[in-house]
Amino acid sequence: MSLFSSRKTRFVEADILVIGGGFSGCGATYESRYWGRDLKIVIVEKANIERSGAVAQGLSAINCYMGMQWNENQPADFVRYARGDLMGLVREDLVFDIARHVDATVHKFEEWGLPILKDPKNGHYMREGKWQVMIHGESYKPIIAEAARKAASTVYNRIMVTHLLMDTARPNRVAGAVGFDMRNGTFYVFRAKAVIVSSGGASHIYRPRAAGEGMGRTWYAPWSSGSAYGLLIPTGARMTQMENKVVLARFKDGYGPVGAWFLLLKSYATNAYGEKYEAAWLEQTRSIVGKYADAEPVPTCLRNHAMLEEIKAGRGPIYMQTQASLDTSEKEQTGWEDFLDMTVSQAVVWASQNIDPRNTPSELITSEPYVMGSHATCSGAWVSGPEDVAPADYQWGYNRMTTVEGLFGAGDTVGGSAHKFSSGSFTEGKLAGKSAVRYVMEQQGDAPQVDETQIRVLEEEIFRPLENYRVGRNEIVAGTVAPSYISPLQGLQRLGKLMDEYAGGVSTFYVTSEPMLNRGLELLAMLKEDLGHIGAENLHQLQRAWELHHRVLTAEAVIRHTLFRQETRWPGYYYRADHPQLDDAAWHVFTSSQYDAKTGAWQMSKLPVHHIVPG
Amino acid sequence: MPTYTDMTRCDGCGECVDICPSDIMHIDPVYRRSYNIEPNFCWECYSCVKACPQHAIDVRGYADFAPLGHKVRVLREEEKGIISWKIRFRDGREKAFTFPIRTTPWGSIRPPSDYEAPAANSLGSQLLAHEPDALKVGALPSLPSFHKQTGAMP
Ligand SMILES: Cc1cc2nc3c(=O)[nH]c(=O)nc-3n(C[C@H](O)[C@H](O)[C@H](O)COP(=O)(O)OP(=O)(O)OC[C@H]3O[C@@H](n4cnc5c(N)ncnc54)[C@H](O)[C@@H]3O)c2cc1C
Ligand code: SF4
Ligand code: SF4
Repeated sequence: MSLFSSRKTRFVEADILVIGGGFSGCGATYESRYWGRDLKIVIVEKANIERSGAVAQGLSAINCYMGMQWNENQPADFVRYARGDLMGLVREDLVFDIARHVDATVHKFEEWGLPILKDPKNGHYMREGKWQVMIHGESYKPIIAEAARKAASTVYNRIMVTHLLMDTARPNRVAGAVGFDMRNGTFYVFRAKAVIVSSGGASHIYRPRAAGEGMGRTWYAPWSSGSAYGLLIPTGARMTQMENKVVLARFKDGYGPVGAWFLLLKSYATNAYGEKYEAAWLEQTRSIVGKYADAEPVPTCLRNHAMLEEIKAGRGPIYMQTQASLDTSEKEQTGWEDFLDMTVSQAVVWASQNIDPRNTPSELITSEPYVMGSHATCSGAWVSGPEDVAPADYQWGYNRMTTVEGLFGAGDTVGGSAHKFSSGSFTEGKLAGKSAVRYVMEQQGDAPQVDETQIRVLEEEIFRPLENYRVGRNEIVAGTVAPSYISPLQGLQRLGKLMDEYAGGVSTFYVTSEPMLNRGLELLAMLKEDLGHIGAENLHQLQRAWELHHRVLTAEAVIRHTLFRQETRWPGYYYRADHPQLDDAAWHVFTSSQYDAKTGAWQMSKLPVHHIVPG
Repeated sequence: MPTYTDMTRCDGCGECVDICPSDIMHIDPVYRRSYNIEPNFCWECYSCVKACPQHAIDVRGYADFAPLGHKVRVLREEEKGIISWKIRFRDGREKAFTFPIRTTPWGSIRPPSDYEAPAANSLGSQLLAHEPDALKVGALPSLPSFHKQTGAMP
């Protein structure tokens, strides 16, 4: 402590603290202000909300829109779709809740100035697929950020949040959060009545396919640090479906998304010999997952499965046949814009490898696994559902509140509700925001208390990597090899390698098993110990050190859940070689974990899946 | 690199430092100009490229899979509401594209507190801000009744 006594501490009081100003955080802030006119609503963000989170570079489609005004789809249809895609397991109350509100979100985006393409025939939004609408989305994030800035009392950019604070009087109630200013090292203590965690999903839990400079070109952003999980897990909040990591088929190396190409432009995938291969694997897939193989549309994981089997059979590379799809200049524009709006790297790959998609097909590949709650996957916190449609055991208070009092979640943070994407994440932020206002208004008695000792202990822990470096650096002449510390990057590379090799990454074709996972846990335990010996040269590396902490906790949850679920539920996402079949009799359930930060113990259990939407 | 800064164009204004979501554009203390301190944590998101008033930042695709000789250049004109791209392939072919980015003036979004304050009792309803109007279907859908205790359909 004494060494750093010159460091400033700043205390910030808030009614509602929003951690992470991405899509769900911006929605949470907007809605909190609408209902809580006099409340102090604060966003704290590690980057700059103008361009932060998964949508920093923009998007080319809104992937969740019902079109109820034109009777295109109804919320119940969406629940059936998400359930089919996730092999039967979604929190139907949460998915339904997103679906019934999401159209209002999208209409507001359009009013704010987001260019949504229209179908010239009927004036409806132009559909990419059944659920997606096309946008000119380069400025999607700046537009949404403008709305959030106007709603917040204060936006604190460039503050890395490291821990949540708990109430001293009521141990299961949240009291705020701590972090540090990445520009000047000020230690920040936020005290709040309600906290909304909206800090996004996780890349770099698994070693990425790219080896060198390209390791930042993961499909999910490299700054998606698993903080949502890393912040929640130590509070003892119940987590669910953490084994349900997502693997995505993408354009190779640039990781350009495939949605617009398959759905709108009608490109198709073939093996190296120009043959369509998916149908050929249907029988074999049925032998693993039974009736789920026949879901319409084919579940995302099963499409991966077919691609992986085709590659293993020696008929790769797999190609996206783009040539015939770009037969007009409008279509060519659409194809290029798809990437220039959201994955510029894919355009860079094309330019560098002389690939003009009008003449040349592009390779496809399956990505390394990611952990998130908003895509074709649903890892995250177990939250209370909406009062009017949630089954009794899914509902214990306020909508989107975790099992910790006053602690809410949205977007990638929330488990069980897949297929939210950008519009659904913003919508879930709104749901959490309104709930948090209600919680704050209805609170009786004392505001949460934070104890000074808790804060000072955390302060010392947070800045320790700087101290480790300062001391350890004296032992060596120069360079990155030191006997007493490792850098955050070295720690990340250790994590990625062990997850890849033991927990079903690309190097084993996503295969793992109980002995593999247990060995992974042994190595992870040592990495956890070594986290106390991370050396950070400066504040930037200190941020990387805490991102690593959050990722390691996320990774441990992934292994524990993968170990617990003794079946192969999502072939194409991962395989339990020792339980190679989908097993509905034993595993038509959600997995659940609660971590005890004091003992390091994980309590695993099963939670029931209720089907509230028929069909 | 993947982003790199042109020594002669950069004036050290720090816009790129302010915007980079990965916190990797930093000002070099000797040259007082920016550079990418951690290229392997760059997403090639182009946020810094678009934000630089001097057009001093460019991208050279990731060395581990992008052969040299390409260029993907961008000009984002906020006031005009458009973005323009120029692509040059390794073999010299070129393509150019322009797309809209916003349909309303920057800064024109109405803050939520501008709207009439909702009635206190509506805090307990399922409706969110601007609903049901913004849904454009009259009413918020709910589910046909199901058994709340067991979670089963009747
Ligand atoms: C390449 C790509 C393509 C996609 N395509 C589409 C598409 O076409 N259509 C669509 O609808 N969706 C698409 N998505 C999905 C969509 O972007 C996500 O579903 C959505 O952004 C999730 O919202 P979120 O709020 O949970 O996370 P994010 O938007 O990622 O926000 C998380 C925020 O938390 C901040 N944060 C993280 N940790 C901390 C910390 N410790 N302290 C402080 N702040 C922190 C981050 O900086 C970030 O601002 C795509 C995503 C990607 C990456
Ligand atoms: S924004 Fe441009 S001019 Fe300003 S510091 Fe960055 S590179 Fe230099
Ligand atoms: S391209 Fe994006 S990640 Fe890379 S330096 Fe620029 S702003 Fe940062």
